[in-house]
Amino acid sequence: MTIHLQKELSKIKKSILTLGAMVEDRVRLAALAIETRDAELAKRVVNSDHEVDEMEVDIEEECLKILALYQPVAVDLRFLIAVIKINSDLESIGDQAVNIAQRVAIIAKQKKYSFVFDYSVMAQKSQEMLKKSLDALVNLDLDLAFRVLVMDDAVDLIQRQAYDEIKAAMANANADSHGYLINLLLVSRHLERLADYATNIAEEVIYLIEGEIVRHTKI
Amino acid sequence: MEQEYKITSKNLDFYYGSVKALQSISLNFQLHQATALIGPSGCGKSTFLRCLNRMNDLIPGIRVEGEICMDGENIYKPSVDVVRLRSRIGMVFQKPNPFPKTIFENVAYGLKVNGVKDKNLIAERVEKSLRSGALWDEVKDRLHDSALSLSGGQQQRLCIARALAVEPEVLLMDEPCSALDPIATQKIEELIHELKDKYTIIIVTHNMQQAARVSDVTAFFYMGKLIEAGETDTMFTRPRLKTTEDYITGRFG
Repeated sequence: MTIHLQKELSKIKKSILTLGAMVEDRVRLAALAIETRDAELAKRVVNSDHEVDEMEVDIEEECLKILALYQPVAVDLRFLIAVIKINSDLESIGDQAVNIAQRVAIIAKQKKYSFVFDYSVMAQKSQEMLKKSLDALVNLDLDLAFRVLVMDDAVDLIQRQAYDEIKAAMANANADSHGYLINLLLVSRHLERLADYATNIAEEVIYLIEGEIVRHTKI
Repeated sequence: MEQEYKITSKNLDFYYGSVKALQSISLNFQLHQATALIGPSGCGKSTFLRCLNRMNDLIPGIRVEGEICMDGENIYKPSVDVVRLRSRIGMVFQKPNPFPKTIFENVAYGLKVNGVKDKNLIAERVEKSLRSGALWDEVKDRLHDSALSLSGGQQQRLCIARALAVEPEVLLMDEPCSALDPIATQKIEELIHELKDKYTIIIVTHNMQQAARVSDVTAFFYMGKLIEAGETDTMFTRPRLKTTEDYITGRFG
């Protein structure tokens, strides 16, 4: 029975890493779409989200099945609980990639830009957080997971900068570019949420390794 | 919460002849709590359980060192009356072992042995014990049928009722559900929850989920040693030691 459980758990691990790679790819495309204002690319992200959704449901069902059949304890239990939560975080990150893509689709329609905010650093940092949180999961690397938590501050800071600069730009802009600016601002919100979900993943990895819930605590 | 220990074991060594079966076991049992003893076969958990009411005394060639105290008094002192001790520390075994007598007589047996003659008192105590054993409703109309006519699960609850009839303070259970089906097991587990309010319970079980469900404290034995003991919640979510984790997750051997 134990061998069966271990087999099931390694299958789940493979699946969650596949989903992670899938979501990372969506985020990379969304970030590229912001940079290039490529509406076609944005559309691709939006249209492929169902793949992420379907995989999330499959993984959750697998986890529930294992819980019911094997009633795992200790590290196995923590692993499954962490996977259930990371699964949902990854799906939310996929949604944020879609949100970004939808903003890009609107932004791309704007003929002339009254103001531009460079999101490349914020997008790169968010992607790095996601990558590191998944690496921490693969290697059960506690240090790396903690480093992800610290990185979130830098992303939050850029979001505030985006807010200040876009607000100032809005004061000087014509009414017809307000819609564009609001969409531009929303990109920062989506990236910030994306980084938050990456933080959640890192917190789950810490729980998995340490058995301590570190959410809502100051690191 | 202040801890009040019913039984304490300190540096307990136990030998079957020259074989040391228990090595320096120090473990305390809190009043009105259920403690589960877990570990692979031959780890010493049942031997330890039987030390707690001196059931091992019956085996030739055994030797006990260290001490076990109940309410602060060493139960291995020469002056201790072992029969009296065992009425204070009741025991339920792996296989239901009712006497080939009626249901009523099974429960009344301990009282009679202890010299109780008052028939009303006996009848009262039999009912009370059968109620505590969660069996009364099922047998109240057939108290004078043979105990052997009961199902396995009922027989085990009868044995629990029989143990309770002499009003023990501690109840030792040696794999009480291993011969029972899931429904009978569930009834016994519910019973353990209820009995905890009045008795201090120590249960040996091979069923990890059962240990997790019924106990407040879990103690893990391995090769005659107490490896780790702690609150059951913690033991089953994040045990301190790798050996414990390997055992409860089935990564042993």
